[in-house]
Amino acid sequence: MNIRSILSSRWAVLGGFALGAILLMGVAPAVLSDFRLGLLGKYLCFAMVAVGIGLAWGRGGMLVLGQGVFFGLGAYLMAMHLKLADAPASTGVPDFMALISSDGVPWWWEPFRSGAVTLIAIVVIPAVVAIVLGLATFHRRVRGAYFAILSQALAAAFAIWLIGNPRSTGGSTGLNNFKGFFGFSLRDPANRLMLYLIAAGALLAMIAIARQLMVSRYGELLVACRDAEERVRFLGYNPATIKTAAYTVAAVMAGIAGALFVPIVGIISPNDVGIVPSIGLLIGVAIGGRTTLLGPVLGAIAVAWAETSLSEQFPSGWTYLQGLLFMLVVAFLPGGLASLAPTLRDWRKHRRSDTAAGQPGVAAVPEGSA
Amino acid sequence: MEVLLTQLFNGLSGGSILLLAALGLALTFGQMGVINMAHGEFIMAGAYTAFVVQKALGDAGVSLLVSLPVAFVVGGLLGVVLEATLLRRMYHRPLDTLLVTFGVSLVLQQLARDIFGTAGVDVPAPAWLSGPLEVFGFSFPRTRVFILVLAIVAVIVLAALLKLTPLGRRIRATVQNRQLAESSGISTRRTDLITFFVGSGLAGVAGVALTLMGSISSNLGTSYVIDAFLVVVIGGIGQIKGAVIAAFVLGVVQSWVEYSTTASIGKVIVFALIVAFLQLRPQGIYVVRSRSLA
Amino acid sequence: MNTGFNRDYLQISDLRVSFDGFVAVDGVDLVVLPGDLRFLIGPNGAGKTTLIDAVSGLVPATGSVQWAGTELLGRKVHRIARLGVGRTFQTATVFENLTVLQNLDIAAGAGRGVRTLLRKRSQVPESVTEVLATVGLTELADAQAGTLSHGQKQWLEIGMLLVQNAKLLMLDEPVAGMSAEEKDETGELLQRIAADDRTVICVEHDMDFMRAFAASVTVLHAGKVLAEGSVADVQADPRVQEVYLGPGAHTAAEVEAVMGEAH
Ligand SMILES: Nc1ncnc2c1ncn2[C@@H]1O[C@H](COP(=O)(O)OP(=O)(O)O)[C@@H](O)[C@H]1O
Ligand SMILES: [Mg+2]
Repeated sequence: MNIRSILSSRWAVLGGFALGAILLMGVAPAVLSDFRLGLLGKYLCFAMVAVGIGLAWGRGGMLVLGQGVFFGLGAYLMAMHLKLADAPASTGVPDFMALISSDGVPWWWEPFRSGAVTLIAIVVIPAVVAIVLGLATFHRRVRGAYFAILSQALAAAFAIWLIGNPRSTGGSTGLNNFKGFFGFSLRDPANRLMLYLIAAGALLAMIAIARQLMVSRYGELLVACRDAEERVRFLGYNPATIKTAAYTVAAVMAGIAGALFVPIVGIISPNDVGIVPSIGLLIGVAIGGRTTLLGPVLGAIAVAWAETSLSEQFPSGWTYLQGLLFMLVVAFLPGGLASLAPTLRDWRKHRRSDTAAGQPGVAAVPEGSA
Repeated sequence: MEVLLTQLFNGLSGGSILLLAALGLALTFGQMGVINMAHGEFIMAGAYTAFVVQKALGDAGVSLLVSLPVAFVVGGLLGVVLEATLLRRMYHRPLDTLLVTFGVSLVLQQLARDIFGTAGVDVPAPAWLSGPLEVFGFSFPRTRVFILVLAIVAVIVLAALLKLTPLGRRIRATVQNRQLAESSGISTRRTDLITFFVGSGLAGVAGVALTLMGSISSNLGTSYVIDAFLVVVIGGIGQIKGAVIAAFVLGVVQSWVEYSTTASIGKVIVFALIVAFLQLRPQGIYVVRSRSLA
Repeated sequence: MNTGFNRDYLQISDLRVSFDGFVAVDGVDLVVLPGDLRFLIGPNGAGKTTLIDAVSGLVPATGSVQWAGTELLGRKVHRIARLGVGRTFQTATVFENLTVLQNLDIAAGAGRGVRTLLRKRSQVPESVTEVLATVGLTELADAQAGTLSHGQKQWLEIGMLLVQNAKLLMLDEPVAGMSAEEKDETGELLQRIAADDRTVICVEHDMDFMRAFAASVTVLHAGKVLAEGSVADVQADPRVQEVYLGPGAHTAAEVEAVMGEAH
């Protein structure tokens, strides 16, 4: 039995997940301070978005540049609920609204007083937006480049709308200063640990879902759509449905990530959802390896970590680094760091003068069509 | 009537700004398929060029006219450097050019902040553009009229360049059939570079025009680049006339929607309108037929 | 209703395709019955590929294309495919980053439900195993399709049509670039497919190949049907000779040189 087949066996997969769970849920809380753990929790939220991007972009070839919108939808929905729950019982009006005007709570905030409605909306609203936009663009065979531009336009419009409605969205400051989370105080470190564990569990679950989708027949079909969409049509499939499904899964993952981001980080603002943060989400995915399962996760965590550590000391240095990473990784290493692994393996095999077995993979970065 | 005319003029004026920003993209995106996010920063570079030229010359009246060609060259050179270093290896991966050029745009913005500071700077308009222009009892800001004229001139020059000159024929031949163009003796590499030079140069010109609209800062380009791409998307790839129609229609529609609602909801409505329009014409106003499977 | 003539056949009437005023297919009438191996020949630009494009829904057309009693024109590509109409492309188009097996499995699965799609393939479908053997790619089942030779890709495409269970197969220049041996194998394969009561249309330039394997031939020229019949009929037709050799009378030797020897 060779290494590959051992690694890909069912037990190895379960073992991998168990190891991930131990590291994230056991080791990390034990060795990290509360503050560091909070930061890691934030990175895990970005990693959740990255899992979806890897699926839609890496496997599906859709350049999803508007994931900030879905992230923001989930985040603002959660934030609205938290603000309403924090509001004084006498008026029911969140603090920031009471400061700006005396008009009370806008009608469309009201449903989110209910925790259940909020949780459902966090999944359903991003899904509906993705289905509508996905079917509208993929069904009419709008070019890939047009889809990428439309995603950005949506992110821009969403951010502008948020900024333009300070009374109901907190404007450019966004929503912050949350006190409780479904009845638990956010000041209590035990509750913050619980939130972190929820985020870690959600991330592992999303990785499991993405893995199942990638190894399934659907995953093969998605790659087929990415590489030769028209050909798939002639086999009797409708590529619009196939692509919209992956896009929707990615949107829901981003929405859930946003919803967890809010209590963990304590603030959501248009700065987290516009064009720049939306595209920024892709660099980690590109570095890690867009077509792989774990590359996007590790890449997103590494980039988020680098940003936190560098941007405080050298704010302009971080921007240069981010820009250079986009330029160099995408232009010269389109498969990300993951694409170096087979190269290394071949090199080692070569040294041991083994014969390299042909290994099929979907990891090759496709030649996209615009 | 008064309101109608003012709104119409505002729309046309907004459209002319969009058009100036989009015209270069009609070349680099429309003709070459590169999704150059740094186009916005080339616009910014043009604006800062106007700032520097004015500092050097001191005279606002002359410096505006000097800035236009200088900014064209500055934008064009930036484009050529980008094409020659990064984009040339990426023509088979058009979607990835978006990410690479996004990186370029981050770097250029930060450079601008480090050189010119984070606060906005002003480039005073020349005296001959101050005040309104009175026509039939209506008054229009002279700066806006200047931009409208500049946009129209740019379109005419570009169209003439593409239609009438040998260079234009080479560009069109390369776009339509690269292999055939190559085998008929056209250096497609050089044509790519020149196309990119002209397209990016137009961004520089747009930047000079934008200095007439208010103060400039490092994120000047980001606010225009998406709208400029939308213009090309609506217009249809590979056609200048599509971009012209789309720019003015988008300008007028945007001005009306924002007038009748608010600026913030206006963006969302315009976005929905564009998605709806693409349901009717997924390839934009003008479709170029091709035989490819994709 | 089984009247003994419920056969799935293709009936094209007055088919027209134009591109911005240029008429590429100009009023074609064509009937192809099951079991037939119909060759569609004609000079470059005659409209052969465009005809296939129109039948498979890739380009809009006017007129009528009836397949097994159903009108195809106006339907979406994937709907037409689900009616049992399959095609290949002049330049072989397979999913290069997937294995041969995965290519075939996808082709076999247009009717799969969501639950099957979301599972991993636990075993190879029987039809796929059979077809792998039929097109001679069993050994290469796990090779990435992008690494196949040109001829192997064409065979994979034909295999995809078979697992797709297409009843009408339209092949666009399937043997271009193949060796003589490969051509013969392909021709025999096509004959076997047609004998299985399927309707096969094969666009081809290669006259030797056509003569060896065609059951019947339609000659297309400038978007119109120029001649139709057996190989010998068509070769003897002076109008066909004129298209291939230029106007005027031609000697038997000349005809033979270009169009091959009549059987
Ligand atoms: N998409 C298209 N747009 C414009 N003209 C086309 C298109 N497709 C085919 N044609 C033209 O239609 C004619 C027939 O082409 P085609 O069907 O490919 O011929 P064949 O396959 O017989 O060589 C040719 O003159 C070709 O240039
Ligand atoms: Mg052909």
